[in-house]
Amino acid sequence: MHEGISVVLKAEQVGSVFGFPITNSLIMAWLVMILLILGAYFFGRSLTLVPGKFQAGVEWVFEGALAYMTGVLESEVLARRFFPLIASLFLFIAAINEIEFFPGVGSLGLSHASEFLPILHTPTADLNFTLALAMIAFITIEVTGITVLGFSKYARKYVNLKSPVGFVVGLIELISNLGRLVSFSFRLFGNIFAGEVMVLVAAYFLPYVLPAPLMGFEMFIGLIQALVFAMLTLFFIKLAIVAPEGAH
Amino acid sequence: MAIAAGLGVIGPGIGIGLIGSGAMNAIGRNPEASGKIVSNMILAIVFTEALGILALVVAFIIKFV
Repeated sequence: MHEGISVVLKAEQVGSVFGFPITNSLIMAWLVMILLILGAYFFGRSLTLVPGKFQAGVEWVFEGALAYMTGVLESEVLARRFFPLIASLFLFIAAINEIEFFPGVGSLGLSHASEFLPILHTPTADLNFTLALAMIAFITIEVTGITVLGFSKYARKYVNLKSPVGFVVGLIELISNLGRLVSFSFRLFGNIFAGEVMVLVAAYFLPYVLPAPLMGFEMFIGLIQALVFAMLTLFFIKLAIVAPEGAH
Repeated sequence: MAIAAGLGVIGPGIGIGLIGSGAMNAIGRNPEASGKIVSNMILAIVFTEALGILALVVAFIIKFV
């Protein structure tokens, strides 16, 4: 049953600029960025002091999100500082995951010498992209911990020489911290990649009928995964700024 | 491939069942908080499900790549 289903794990290289490879998932990431920036630009220009229905809705959502972040971080200053990062992570991943199911993604491409090269490839189904996002989140979390607590206090979370048990706990904490990189990137990648393959396989079993509800489900999953990515970043930031026990 | 997917899905299956039963218990005790409980339940389910999907991805990789 191999023929008919083509599963591509890796983003293909389309061209290169100054020796840097340009893959098809990178092109789609740029496309989504352009869409988001244009949306932000035109929405920002149409802002009015007395909000219309659409603006009021967007403001309601953003205020709700900001209030939720203030509740989690227990500080309005920090919530305002991290709101742009968390919100854009969510918007970026959500936009990519929804645009994934538009016609043209993966089916539009160049074909030469009996090989087909799609121009667009979902970035979140490419491990490089999710790993990059995970690293952004990881570095933000660690840097926040260091700047809020101070280096020595933050290091004391991981290196504890007071007791052997404390030392082992610190070591475990350190390893689980590094493990976040893997879990962050693989969660997003796995969900989206498995969704894509599932829709493909379903199209093979029962064409036209079965893939449609599955696609709807996968769009929901994509939204939830974007939310989870943003929320986890938020929760880990919260964990990073909590002072270690017994260090008051 | 089928064995990898099947074995990998056992754990998350049990986990999601436990989460669901816990949430149902909580709603039964405190029906007013059901909105909050359901949203937290979905979050927990997503974490559990990610493990199952990891197994599924490995199975797909064995099968297709």
